[in-house]
Amino acid sequence: MFYREAGQYKTTYQSDMAIFPLRQDRIGILIILALAYVAVPLMASDFILKTIMLPFLALVLAVIGLNILTGYTGLISLGTAGFMGVGAYACYKLTTIFPEVNILVWILVSGFFSAGIGVVFGLPSLRIKGLYLAVATLAAQFFLQWAFVRIPWLYNYNPSGAIEVPLRTVFGVPVTGPTAAIEVKYLIALTFVVVLTWVASNIVHGRIGRSWMAVRDMDIAAQLMGIKLLETKLLAFAVSSFYCGVSGALFVFIYLGGAEAGTEFGIRLSFIILFAVIIGGLGSMIGSFFGAGFIVALPTILKFGLPAIGIAITGAIAEKIVVMVIGALTIYLLIVEPHGLARLWQIAKQKLRVWPFPY
Amino acid sequence: MKTTRLALGLGLGLVAGFAAVSPVGAQESINFVHNTYRTGAFSGSGIPVADGVRDYFTMLNNRDGGIGGVRINFEECETQYDTRRSVECWEQAKSKNSVVYVPWSTGAALATIPRAHIDKMPIFSMAYGLSAAAVGGTFPWVFNPPLTYWDGASVWIQYIAQREGGLDKLRGKTIGLILLDAPFGREPIPVLEALAREHGFTLKTYPIPPAEMQNQSSTWLAIRRDRTDWVLVQGWGAMNPTAVREAGRTGFPRDKVIGIWWAGGDDDARPAGPDARGYLALSWHQVGTNFPVIQDILRHVVDRGQSNSAREKIGENLYNRGVYQGMLIAEAIRNAQRLTGKRVVTGEDVRRGFEVLNISAARWTELGAPDFAAPVALTCADHNGHHAAFVIQWDGTKWNRASDWIRPDRARIRPMLEEAARAYATSNAGWPARSETCDQPS
Repeated sequence: MFYREAGQYKTTYQSDMAIFPLRQDRIGILIILALAYVAVPLMASDFILKTIMLPFLALVLAVIGLNILTGYTGLISLGTAGFMGVGAYACYKLTTIFPEVNILVWILVSGFFSAGIGVVFGLPSLRIKGLYLAVATLAAQFFLQWAFVRIPWLYNYNPSGAIEVPLRTVFGVPVTGPTAAIEVKYLIALTFVVVLTWVASNIVHGRIGRSWMAVRDMDIAAQLMGIKLLETKLLAFAVSSFYCGVSGALFVFIYLGGAEAGTEFGIRLSFIILFAVIIGGLGSMIGSFFGAGFIVALPTILKFGLPAIGIAITGAIAEKIVVMVIGALTIYLLIVEPHGLARLWQIAKQKLRVWPFPY
Repeated sequence: MKTTRLALGLGLGLVAGFAAVSPVGAQESINFVHNTYRTGAFSGSGIPVADGVRDYFTMLNNRDGGIGGVRINFEECETQYDTRRSVECWEQAKSKNSVVYVPWSTGAALATIPRAHIDKMPIFSMAYGLSAAAVGGTFPWVFNPPLTYWDGASVWIQYIAQREGGLDKLRGKTIGLILLDAPFGREPIPVLEALAREHGFTLKTYPIPPAEMQNQSSTWLAIRRDRTDWVLVQGWGAMNPTAVREAGRTGFPRDKVIGIWWAGGDDDARPAGPDARGYLALSWHQVGTNFPVIQDILRHVVDRGQSNSAREKIGENLYNRGVYQGMLIAEAIRNAQRLTGKRVVTGEDVRRGFEVLNISAARWTELGAPDFAAPVALTCADHNGHHAAFVIQWDGTKWNRASDWIRPDRARIRPMLEEAARAYATSNAGWPARSETCDQPS
């Protein structure tokens, strides 16, 4: 009744192509932003900010990145965690070599290093597809992880082999390192996510995104229509890796505060992000948020939420339930609903549009 | 119809759940949230450790009503050996006012060390984690007794020298190090290299990538080819039983293979069957149930059906390591109660309790563990102690002690640690100088 477009006329091409054509949607997104920027930092406890919001915000960018590659361009990748690692290590090297430069600049710049590596490992995608490409990107994952452990220059010859995030300030306010306030970190991560999501959404809705989708649906047909496969696929790899790189830098610098390469950017994380893409919905921006939220929040809610409301469940059992739920849901969604939670959201919106007179 | 019934069931379940909440907090208690990994790739090592700590604190509650009359509210936090979950557990421990944080993984220790002085929760990483944390002047909130990996390397070489008949006999020998290709695995290399230069032996390293932990046949062929005299194992998880099995398969003398203390689990040696007989590992505490404290656990916990562990696993090496850790933490809590005069202590108090930790041989006996481990003493400057260790040997069914106490070469290790601590403080710009006061041990 309230959610319908009756009476909203589009008078220009621009308004016809808008991302949120409905006024209700625009108001909704403003409310969500206001909640995220004002209400969450004011109301949420440190525990929720630190264990749910920060990893969610950091990982959502990686999920968007993989979604660009897998969901929009149809190229599967298992090297996501490796590309995240490139971002994290690039940011670490940059900020230790040039400590005076604003750390936020370096977080963004580290994405370009990751994009460069992504293009190199994306080259085989021109020749191989599907499972074989997955194996090629798997090689990227293992090679990059090997490099993080074996090249001591990357972690400044630290005897413990880990990277530790130093204190960095922006306008006198500490933003990274142990003394930075959690609210500051949250707002920074949120801003990165909002801006980069806006950029990604514009890319996928524009000419580039359409050529990606054409390649995904049938690359020979796309080539016949004049889309250059090499440039398009490599651009998808570059943009995807850029997002993963920024995500990795945020993950270490804003969320973890230090990382040991062998454990943080392992194949496990690559799979988790792939599952998030599948659960959230292949080829959907909002799906990336659903997927990342689901993957991050489910274990925490099961492990700490259920005992808090009095359902006795040990951590070990909760972890096993998480594995079962995510595995079952991934298979279920792949078979029944490849567009994932995003499709359910769309169906709900469609139903709401015609409510209360469905026929 | 179906959905209504389902909803009804769920609703009832929720109500029942709420009703099951018991009124906690009615009596005073000390909270302790302990990281464990009962699931995941490293659970084989994680479960016995977790059972040992858990049973020790349950025993204290059942036998003495806690520590100093205050019950210990022991809680586990499952990490799967995953840093992200371990950070989550840090937040959980903080929100529950845990008096100490026990990371049980190097990654978790590194991620949380910078937070310790801010959240006022001490970190206790027993013989793992950041070795440089032994320097109390730089890391007032971190404790890693009883010895570091660097001390372990020193003990290794001293033991080999004993067996060979003197340090001068090491000249010309080849000593191999099989290591997990991760920061943990590479820890002993600098010390071993320095010792190799000094004593004239050759050090060969054989890194095992984490993904190849269970595939070491080529490594052991290389060991054969290099005519290695001794093999040291710096491993954890599935890497250890594989190394023992491969040593047997290639016929390398098992009594010349020495694991670090994390390669000394019963389940590291047992799977290799008779091939494992003679395998050595470092340790700093005894195995078996032949101690009053373990007997108390059997009586007050296991017999009441409150233990998660199978009865025959009690007294195994990693289980007793969990008990050992529990005893050190309990002693720190006791010290904190004595120093502050409070019954319910906080993390800040327990940090002070750790700094005056002093368990002499007599005190070990009082704690129900005569000759269980070497005396442990910490000071404000030395958060590790570099205490003595010994070598244990697998006889095919259980571990037996196979050497005397061997003291690490503190004079060599300490300056290296201080250097590492300085490097940490300088690379982490803004690392605070120690402002915590120092208590006098009494």
